[in-house]
Amino acid sequence: MKQGLKQFWNGLIKENPTFVLMLGMCPTLATTTSAKNAVGMGLTTTVVLVLSNILISLLRKVIPNKVRIPAFIVVIASFVTMVEFLLKAYLPGLNKSLGIYIPLIVVNCIILGRAEAFAYKNPVLLSMFDGLGMGLGFTLGLTSIGVFRELLGAGEIFGIRVMPASYEPLAIFVMAPGAFFVLALLTALQNKFKAPSATNGTAKAETLVCGGNCAGCSGRECAANHALLSQKKEQLLAEEAARKAALVKAAAEKKAAAAKTAENRVETADAINAKVAEAKAKPDNKEEN
Amino acid sequence: MKELLLISVGAALVNNVVLSQFLGLCPFLGVSKKIKTASGMGAAVIFVITIASAVTSLIYDTLLARFDLDYLKTIVFILVIAALVQLVEMIIKKISPALYAALGVYLPLITTNCAVLGVALTNVQNSYGLLTSTVNGFATAVGFAISIVILAGIRERMEHSDIPKAFQGMPIVLIAAGLMAIAFNGFSGLQIGG
Repeated sequence: MKQGLKQFWNGLIKENPTFVLMLGMCPTLATTTSAKNAVGMGLTTTVVLVLSNILISLLRKVIPNKVRIPAFIVVIASFVTMVEFLLKAYLPGLNKSLGIYIPLIVVNCIILGRAEAFAYKNPVLLSMFDGLGMGLGFTLGLTSIGVFRELLGAGEIFGIRVMPASYEPLAIFVMAPGAFFVLALLTALQNKFKAPSATNGTAKAETLVCGGNCAGCSGRECAANHALLSQKKEQLLAEEAARKAALVKAAAEKKAAAAKTAENRVETADAINAKVAEAKAKPDNKEEN
Repeated sequence: MKELLLISVGAALVNNVVLSQFLGLCPFLGVSKKIKTASGMGAAVIFVITIASAVTSLIYDTLLARFDLDYLKTIVFILVIAALVQLVEMIIKKISPALYAALGVYLPLITTNCAVLGVALTNVQNSYGLLTSTVNGFATAVGFAISIVILAGIRERMEHSDIPKAFQGMPIVLIAAGLMAIAFNGFSGLQIGG
């Protein structure tokens, strides 16, 4: 249970799929025109992710290694079809506004990526928590982008007017170009504050498969990105530790140096005294000569 | 004929697959560093999407629609596309090694590209026939190729410019893509044949 919660937290915050792993960029850009659409897309993906994680984890000893990717795809596609039918029946409005992006959840890299990187290797309960954390993390990411775009682009949040009447909405933010600008701003801020993310850091874009934005690549490549990211995190941690060590060392050196100067001062004082004594002694010598 | 032309212009420019529908963003951002690789990717996408639209449309009309299996389309399409890309890769390798050298590297990248599935699903949604689907697929892919080559051109020019440190890498590419999206928005006012 404790481990499950840890996995949940890992997906929600530490390895947030939108902000840290930069996965599933197609739906992130396409469905965040309003906060409502973003929540709808996020929750739909969460449902599919949890269900597919559970089933793949249950079948992990049955699925042969060689055909695992096609098997994952069939499992995911089945759940997506089911969810699509449920949406059509109970939330036709949301289904209409998300349109083609609902069936396209099949190729969302997060789901295939988690199946490959986690559910295929871990027990059911843990996989469920992982799916829940990742799914809600994705929902969180989409919703915050959606709220931001809707606020700037329409002056509303969840369809409720919040900006004063004098606010002229920047319509471009709810249109296609706005999506690119918002994401550009987000990644720039991550660069600025050195937040761990798949799109910045030491790894070149080419080494991260799909430039770090694997919206539609197969899970294997996602797992590769994952490994690269954790490597980078370790490196960052090591750098931080090295920096701290250097600081401690510098402080120690400073202390030593201070002690030394104090010593030196004492020495110089002694030397001066000696010189003065010498000088005092010298005139006597002169007189004698 | 006029209808086909309208569909092509609409798919290639007005509703550009990357810049207004956000499909196929991954190769768009990942493989657009050099014009040469971008055009290779563009050609591979044109090739795959055109074939995939024709095949999925054929399967939908002859099997799924006829036997009332419409609900299976997502599963069938994704598997057909994945198998098709593998098949195309093998055939090209056998028939034309030169073409394989030019396109081969990009083919596995497209296997589960959402643009391919997206076009197949759009064709079904709009109940296009075989010819219309193929034309729509081809035009959509051409739209993709145009935008990825333009973005690669911009990125090559940006290579040595003085970009603020925080915007280096992905952010500036996204901004370039956003500006391109604004430019492509201009096409939405287009009226053909009035």
